[in-house]
Amino acid sequence: MSNDPTETFRLEAQDLLEQIEQGLLDLTRRPGDRDLVDAVFRGLHTLKGSGAMFGFDALAAFTHHCETAFDRVRKGEVPATDALVSAVLAAQDHMRALVEGLETTDAVGEALLSALQQAVDNAAGAETSEALSEPAPRTWRIRFSLPAAALANGVRPLPLLDELRGLGDCEVIALTGEIPPLEDLVPTACHLGWDVTLTTAHGRDAIEDVFLFVIDDMSLDITALDESGGVQDAPPPQVQSGEGAAPAAPDLAGATNTPAAVAADTKAAKGGDTVRVPAERLDEMMDRVGELVIVQSRLKSLAASTSDIALRAVAEEIERLASEMRDTMMVVRMMPVATLFGRFRRLIHDLSRDTGKAIELVTEGEATELDKTVIERLADPLIHLIRNAADHGLESTSDRIAAGKSATGRITLSARQTGAEVVITVCDDGRGVDRDRVRAKAEQQGLLAANSAIGDAELLQLIFHPGFSTAAQVTNLSGRGVGMDVVKRTIEGLRGQIGLTSVGGEGSQVSLRIPLTLAIIDGLLVRVGASRFVIPLASVEECVELTTEQDLRSTGRSVLMLRDQLVPFIRLRELFNTGRPDEHQKVVVVATGEERVGLVVDQILGDHQTVIKALSPFHTSVETFSGATILGDGGVALILDVGHLVAAGQRQDARMNQAS
Amino acid sequence: MASILTVDDSASIRQAIKITLMTDGHQVAEAVDGMDGLSKAKAAKVDLIITDLNMPNMNGLEMIRAIRGGGIQAGTPILFLSTESDPEIKGQAKAAGATGWLNKPFSAEQLVAVVKKVLAR
Repeated sequence: MSNDPTETFRLEAQDLLEQIEQGLLDLTRRPGDRDLVDAVFRGLHTLKGSGAMFGFDALAAFTHHCETAFDRVRKGEVPATDALVSAVLAAQDHMRALVEGLETTDAVGEALLSALQQAVDNAAGAETSEALSEPAPRTWRIRFSLPAAALANGVRPLPLLDELRGLGDCEVIALTGEIPPLEDLVPTACHLGWDVTLTTAHGRDAIEDVFLFVIDDMSLDITALDESGGVQDAPPPQVQSGEGAAPAAPDLAGATNTPAAVAADTKAAKGGDTVRVPAERLDEMMDRVGELVIVQSRLKSLAASTSDIALRAVAEEIERLASEMRDTMMVVRMMPVATLFGRFRRLIHDLSRDTGKAIELVTEGEATELDKTVIERLADPLIHLIRNAADHGLESTSDRIAAGKSATGRITLSARQTGAEVVITVCDDGRGVDRDRVRAKAEQQGLLAANSAIGDAELLQLIFHPGFSTAAQVTNLSGRGVGMDVVKRTIEGLRGQIGLTSVGGEGSQVSLRIPLTLAIIDGLLVRVGASRFVIPLASVEECVELTTEQDLRSTGRSVLMLRDQLVPFIRLRELFNTGRPDEHQKVVVVATGEERVGLVVDQILGDHQTVIKALSPFHTSVETFSGATILGDGGVALILDVGHLVAAGQRQDARMNQAS
Repeated sequence: MASILTVDDSASIRQAIKITLMTDGHQVAEAVDGMDGLSKAKAAKVDLIITDLNMPNMNGLEMIRAIRGGGIQAGTPILFLSTESDPEIKGQAKAAGATGWLNKPFSAEQLVAVVKKVLAR
């Protein structure tokens, strides 16, 4: 991390601005949420204070005015109206410019401030009597028993109960189940437990305070009851007492399942014990792990060629460690896509304003994790896709109503993990892709011969062709014809795939299949002729023998009968022109998504931790391989691009079907 | 009104406690160290004992153990004075049989509140 505090402040300021923005956007949905208002205010306050510390005087001065204006919201004097939130958002953009030292003038700032002031005044006028209400009283069930020695040590249950009564309406039941038979009864020990139902506006803290001196030694279980009186997520009743049975304090945090408690949990999760590390260091470490893995596979093949048991044992141990280290490294680099999706809420807000369409963003699977580098490189393509969806996909509000749809257009952004891939989809419920227009446009651009027959999927693929754009008018948002092909290239650069499906009148869905990580994969090492190749293990479904009769029978159509399913297969020997095949060939069945294809190889050599090295720029047009790797003996193996092979296999199959 | 015994080798602390609690309507007796405290505890039943821990001639911990172990003043709450940085001491004192504690420095209001808390009303 940089030693320059000013640089640190810049990073911190970006986080703060992010936090302010998220808070403001949330406020548009939950205008009365005090926590959100406080969070935004805190963010502004910190930004102002730190800004002044590090010489960002213009920022500090500007933020001060925003803070002052927003303070009125915090004090409950004015409600957080949409106009006010928009004004603060606009001001926040100015702050960002000031932090980044971009070209901007005081006049811009003054205009923003006066707009903000205007919004605050209007909001003050629109003020309805939304007085801050007292926290609503809740009902708690408090079950407690004191340590056996409590009475002798001067703890008195009655004052405790009195204190509880002082908090609110209280019903007390003594639990006598733990009182021993008379002959075993120790008169000075405390055998009773209590079950208290308390309705109070005070929080859990106040209840716990009652038990201040004994809370560590006693059995205490505080549970919030819901309104119908049922217990939420209550642990089985436990009353413990008697000598030596003083139990540890129960897990109080886990005892409730109320919205408030959940909110607190998520906050805690966010502010957890984390270390910030500059990305380069992680990349550096990743490189080292990559080298370690390569050296490890050399060691492995050396050990395999000796009879030295001790060396073999060490080699195995190193292999295990290297693989664990690789996995840990991967996890360290993983980030939830929430960090990515979060940015788009502002985009939707702006798009909604610019297009005049009401747009709702729904996000799913935000906890799905992806490699940091992948996430960064996904941002631009997703912005393109969302803009496209908002601009081309969604109809205008009046058209939607005319079509009998809800007035608000919906863009759904979802992420889920399947195997070693993450599938991200951008889905809209708009008008869908107009096939006729795509065809007309493609013919006009010379991408498609007039009246030629073309499958629907292939027609839709044309949208990803460079220079293709169907927007009748070039707008500010999209339609410059550089969108979709750039998206496609970026996704392929990530070894991913892009697909488009669309139903007329119902909407379109673009799905991106992205490999979890870019750097190291588990591979299956195979031999074809004299060369070795790596097939990503994640896409391997099974390996089967290619029997001679199957081989002979399938000369016309290369398909394999696999458990009553026809699977097309590709002879890699033919593809790579490596001469006559061995007698015993194997078929490696690979899959991406729903598609399956068999790859015929000469020999399966085993699994291989594959450190992916990119091919040189000269080979960017090679589609069959996604990269290369260095083997344990120093040799090089090319990594097969399963997505392209599957697509090629399916095409081959389709051609055969048409021909026959 | 309750009778309270304050045990502390520091006269100023004893005085502060005494003045505060007498103003609150209690009767306050003083002892200057653990030994003195133990003998005063044996001599007359009180409603509450407030003791320092770090004292000459028998420290607070030993005094609490002697009181609880000897069955003297059974059920009488014992508060000890502690500094916030001493979670271990706190555990030892509670194990010895103390009822509660008061973190130093404390205000008059805090003292009154804690005394009120441990005294049966």
